[in-house]
Amino acid sequence: MSTLEKTQVEEPKATETAIQLSGSQAVLEALVHEGVNTIFGYPGGAIMPIYDALYDYSEKLEHILVRHEQGGIHAAQGYARTSGRVGVAFATSGPGATNLVTGLADAMIDSNPIVCITGQVFASLLGTDAFQETDVINITTPVTKWNYQVTDATEIPSVLAKAFYIAKTGRPGPVLIDITKNAQIQLFDYPGYKKCDHIRSYRPSPIIRNEYIERAAAVINAAKKPFVIFGQGVILGKAEQEFKDFIEKGGFPAAWTVMGLSALETDHPQNVGMLGMHGNYAPNVLTNECDVLIAVGMRFDDRVTGRLDKYAKQAKVIHLDIDPAEIDKNVKTTVPVWGDCKETLPLLSALIQKNDHLAWVQKFRDLEQEEIKEVINEELNPSTDIMTMGEVINVLNELTGGNAVIVTDVGQHQMVTCRYAKFNSSKSNVTSGGLGTMGFGLPAAIGAWYGAPERDVVAIIGDGGIQMTIQELGTIMQFGAKVKILILNNEFLGMVRQWQQLFHDKRYSFVNITSPDFVAVAKGYYLEGQRISERANLRNALKTMLDHDGGYLLEVMVGKENNVFPMVCQGTSVSEIRLK
Amino acid sequence: MEKQEYTITLYTENSIGMIGRISGIFSRRKINIESLNTSPSEVEGIHRFTILITEAEEVVRKLCRQIEKQVEVLKAYYNTNDELIWQEQALYKVPADVITEKAYVERLLRQFGASAVVIRNDYIVFETAGHREEIDRLTEELTKYGLIEFVRGARIAIIKDSAGFHSKLKQFEKEEPSQEVVENEFLEQGGNVFTM
Repeated sequence: MSTLEKTQVEEPKATETAIQLSGSQAVLEALVHEGVNTIFGYPGGAIMPIYDALYDYSEKLEHILVRHEQGGIHAAQGYARTSGRVGVAFATSGPGATNLVTGLADAMIDSNPIVCITGQVFASLLGTDAFQETDVINITTPVTKWNYQVTDATEIPSVLAKAFYIAKTGRPGPVLIDITKNAQIQLFDYPGYKKCDHIRSYRPSPIIRNEYIERAAAVINAAKKPFVIFGQGVILGKAEQEFKDFIEKGGFPAAWTVMGLSALETDHPQNVGMLGMHGNYAPNVLTNECDVLIAVGMRFDDRVTGRLDKYAKQAKVIHLDIDPAEIDKNVKTTVPVWGDCKETLPLLSALIQKNDHLAWVQKFRDLEQEEIKEVINEELNPSTDIMTMGEVINVLNELTGGNAVIVTDVGQHQMVTCRYAKFNSSKSNVTSGGLGTMGFGLPAAIGAWYGAPERDVVAIIGDGGIQMTIQELGTIMQFGAKVKILILNNEFLGMVRQWQQLFHDKRYSFVNITSPDFVAVAKGYYLEGQRISERANLRNALKTMLDHDGGYLLEVMVGKENNVFPMVCQGTSVSEIRLK
Repeated sequence: MEKQEYTITLYTENSIGMIGRISGIFSRRKINIESLNTSPSEVEGIHRFTILITEAEEVVRKLCRQIEKQVEVLKAYYNTNDELIWQEQALYKVPADVITEKAYVERLLRQFGASAVVIRNDYIVFETAGHREEIDRLTEELTKYGLIEFVRGARIAIIKDSAGFHSKLKQFEKEEPSQEVVENEFLEQGGNVFTM
């Protein structure tokens, strides 16, 4: 190992006595030089040479053996989200690689920086229907930012460098590198590792155009009712402070998408809540009243906009985004500000007038009162004995103080958590936003913990989603990730049931899912846990879970037929949001 | 917006799988590619794709953005037919006796500017180039006289604008990062800002 370090030079020098490395060793050297410390993976025939080399790298690279490759990539996503670094997953060829596909699609739509390394059959066997051969490159093309098949070891250092560069620059995304077994074994003269900083055809960071900044500032300064909506771009751009400076100077009310959650602390006086289908009342209604809509690092997903032809038609739209393909994709922009919001926000802040827009912000607070009266009060302080998801989150908030990393799966519990969970700091909310991947929660929480092991990580998961990737309890058992699993069990596939109730005449078609004894399952994996169904035990049970030194499973029985409201029903405008 | 023919021209790095990555952008949106040509460009290591589709401009603009977003694509442009000079090439294999015996066929071939590529005792291969309708017309006529085989190439096109794509491409390569800005039809500013 130490000899390898010595050969690492800035400029490769071919003349010096070159060191021989195998392709597999070159892969691991690349990871070390890219600052990777954790890999989530699962071995198999076609990736065995890399695992063999990994045996010697255990001091530098911690490998977490997951229980399914989907768990591996979701864990890598969770890791990327809490650490802000590139997540890495290993899988073998064939089924190993195809099991990554859901995670790749999830990472693609949620812009997670991920590098996946898959083994592949010998190059000589490509196209012969060899054992565990599958056309991974073609399968994953639409769900990767970039992918590449390596058949010759000499390509490995430069291809890996390119993979990391592409994954984390511009709008981040997943990259998959498929390496044939012969290339993993092949010995070659290792030239040293050189990080990539340029690709001929790729321009991740555009030059900021001042005329657009000036024009945007002029539109903003003329606004009577400016409204800021923000997404994950603020987090990915590490621009939380720049964002806060911007909204504070302008006095803008700011609302977030699910992916932007935690970029601005919950208690900030200008944080007016969540956008979209199950978002808050005020930001949805007032989207159709603002005169200037300032979108920062968000992509106008249909779950955010509702019916597009009735979305913010009265407003001038300023769209800050690093991805030019997002400009005008869904919502027509008056002024596009193309660039990294870390750079564009300060430029814009410098040109906008200081303002407080007190009356306008107050309007959000007035509408919020309506939502509190109609929805929130009953959700957080139910008048019946039946527990609600909201009150569980509320007590959790009190115990964590808003300092925990909250990971969710997909469904009603996800929407309730996003609505009510309290956050004090960024990179604290991990959820599958764009793809809506049930089964994401548990493995993502494992990765989230490795990305931020000093923090409390609470995985809030429904009784349906937990059963999709419950095998990852084994990963917690073996490697000791201190993940707190909070199952909100309503004995239904709740979100689908809610839709069947509202839009399909209560024809509950296959949403009645039964569950195993989750606590017993946890015990089978040597994890402690308990199940509660009484409100009286809620606070203590949550406290026991949080105080436990290690993984823990708490199952809370909640109301079977509770619905998530407010709701912007499909095909309706955001301002037609229903409170019940 | 009305659908019409658009020719999309893109420059990519020469790497395996590019056709799949590009064609997926169309097929994902259930858009048919009517013709596709890909071959090396005048710049070393850079390939030029010429893709013909019939769509509304709004759709074509978004497609070009999605294409340009691909890591290995340098630039993507789209043009209407009146901004382009374009051609398709065609090869016709015709029985030799038809040519020698039927004066009409010979005249027809002259009229379409077809030239003989291969002459054998049993057949003659002619080559011609032109717009699709011209090639269609010749094909239709020759079919009446025992056309043995016919093949046509994809559309290739070049823009009428005297600057052309070459200088834009060179500019892109020279500047790091790119000066190119995203086009926005709603920003009421002179055309000089927009470069797409």
